[in-house]
Amino acid sequence: MQARELVKRYGDREALRGVSFEALAGEQVAVIGPNGAGKTTLLSILAGIVRPDGGEVAVAGAVGWVPQQAALYRRLTVGENLLLFARLERHPDPRASCEEMLELTGLGERRGEIVARLSGGNQQRINIAIGLLARPAVLLLDEPSVGLDPRQRARLWEFVSGLAGGGTTVVFSTHDIQEAERYGGRLLVLADGEALFDGSPGELREAVRREAPEAADRDFETAFVAYLQHRGH
Amino acid sequence: MSDTSRPEGTRSHMSGVRWLLLKDLQILRRSPLQSTLLVVYPVLIAVLVGFAISRGPEKPRVAFLNEVPPNSRIVVGGQKLPRADVQGRICQKVECVPVDSKAEAEAKVASGDVLAAVILPEDLINEINSLSTLTPGTPEIEVIVNEEEPVKAGLVNDRITSLMAQANLAIARRIAAEGSHYLNLIIKGGELPVLGTSIHILGLQASARILEALEPALEPGPLRSSLGLVTEFARQAGENLDIAGPLISRLAEPIKVDKTVVGGSSPPLEIFAIAVAATFTLAFVTVLLVAGSLALEREENAFPRLVRGLVSEQALLAEKVLLGVAVGLVVTLLMLAGLQFFVPLEWSRIGLWLVAILVGGAALGAAGAALGAIAREVRAVSLLAFMVTLPIAFLSLVPAGAVGSGLYSVIKVIAALFPFKPALEALTGALDASGPALGRPLLHLAILLVAYAAIARLALRRFTAT
Repeated sequence: MQARELVKRYGDREALRGVSFEALAGEQVAVIGPNGAGKTTLLSILAGIVRPDGGEVAVAGAVGWVPQQAALYRRLTVGENLLLFARLERHPDPRASCEEMLELTGLGERRGEIVARLSGGNQQRINIAIGLLARPAVLLLDEPSVGLDPRQRARLWEFVSGLAGGGTTVVFSTHDIQEAERYGGRLLVLADGEALFDGSPGELREAVRREAPEAADRDFETAFVAYLQHRGH
Repeated sequence: MSDTSRPEGTRSHMSGVRWLLLKDLQILRRSPLQSTLLVVYPVLIAVLVGFAISRGPEKPRVAFLNEVPPNSRIVVGGQKLPRADVQGRICQKVECVPVDSKAEAEAKVASGDVLAAVILPEDLINEINSLSTLTPGTPEIEVIVNEEEPVKAGLVNDRITSLMAQANLAIARRIAAEGSHYLNLIIKGGELPVLGTSIHILGLQASARILEALEPALEPGPLRSSLGLVTEFARQAGENLDIAGPLISRLAEPIKVDKTVVGGSSPPLEIFAIAVAATFTLAFVTVLLVAGSLALEREENAFPRLVRGLVSEQALLAEKVLLGVAVGLVVTLLMLAGLQFFVPLEWSRIGLWLVAILVGGAALGAAGAALGAIAREVRAVSLLAFMVTLPIAFLSLVPAGAVGSGLYSVIKVIAALFPFKPALEALTGALDASGPALGRPLLHLAILLVAYAAIARLALRRFTAT
């Protein structure tokens, strides 16, 4: 996936100001930054939901999108949701695709349960499974772990890492810096619509050591905040 | 951006419509309250409307105190007229509740047990009889009403005025008939019963014949000339006075109503009532279902996922309208089937019913889609749908002449902007051959369908915005 010079304006406010980055097959890219940095706008443009005012996106293959809030029909069962979206994706054998996703998410035994009765973690797993129905080369996850307990988070990231291990490019946004460090092979730091940094967690710590040495040996979140402050954000 | 390998095009979007429709019906089935309401509501309305139109309007209850002595009769020229039966005539139009005293009548009116009380005083017949004497009185009956509610007071006044007009007319007709009888006796002669015997009245025509026969027996001179004048008077009076007969009859009812219908034919009242009930049902089911279902797509966060290439916004709107039309059709037909038990319907016209319901449902569904897209949240949508549909439906039923012409023009414009009135006209025309023609309301509905679909399409642009 390649994004070049993406610009998005909402009235007078520039939500994205010439953001560029690329992600390779099997990479896990974490998009991090303070509130209003432009993370959701960037993912929405990459997903094709929002049209950019400038720049372009190139993707080899389909893009799967998993919104922050589960986009599911809560009065349908797990199986009915997956079958509906498999049919809408025009899969040649929607029932087989549905079974495949149930197996992948480990929710096979709960296929007949109404989604509204499932935990937030399980709802998110179905949300991701629906995003995967398009058999995407790139999977976009907008703050996927919000509202999940630590055990559910661990399961979620195990699942996502498995997908990346299978060659799917994963781009996710998060507010949790530790999570970004742990699961993001690469970090894209946004602030006020600008890309401040694009590299591995190790490279970000090196950048902190250069620009804010007093925070270099602190925990990753403190170091990241110091980096932002040094950059005027 | 090359993010998709999905086949695009109308055909693929239409297949998406099928699966979304199935999904919405599954969701509907999962909502027991909503499903029950959709079945119970039309059945309940059908039963209520059925009872209302098959039993007719209830007569208002009026307390009745008749103090007139039982043997009193109206007398004209010393002759007793047949009974005018004022009490009987009044009690045909209202439910008479007999009371024994004025105090009881007042108590019943004050308590609301009866709408009004009518008291025929003891001297009523004497006062009526005095009208043909040299000292005419004023016959009066007493009416007691409770005017604490303006609407009720107006209703009672109208009813009592109408009843009194009918009673007066009945008495006037009796008097006029007796007057004509006496006039006939004067012209043609006959027997006049008086005090148990009868007097022979010669009559003007017979008098003229006798006088004419006598005239040649007299010598020419002043006496014969005078007799000639009297004979001529009797002849002319006998020949021409009969024109007074119709005049006397017309005095009882000088103005007759001659009704000419303009501005379209009107179906029987019970068919119109059925059409109103069916259109109400169709409107509420369709508008609420389409608006709520569209807003639910947003509340479930599914809308952006759907329009990201799975279905187009147009296809999604079409699916919602289709859902509303399908459910509205079933519910409306269910209701008409229920009403069949009360009023026979022309099932041979079912083809026209279907056209009216489908086109009306589609226009109402498009209006629902516009409301859903504008209000965006399910609760706001439900409230807005009620706030719009209910008053517009009532405004659509306001007849010309019931309000001032300026206000009626405004009401006409408002009613024309919402599909309820044309849907009602189409359904009335479809149910009965004497109803309005179908062409104009169907065209009106088609225009509204396109207009509301365009509004809904525009409103969807900000559908995902928070």
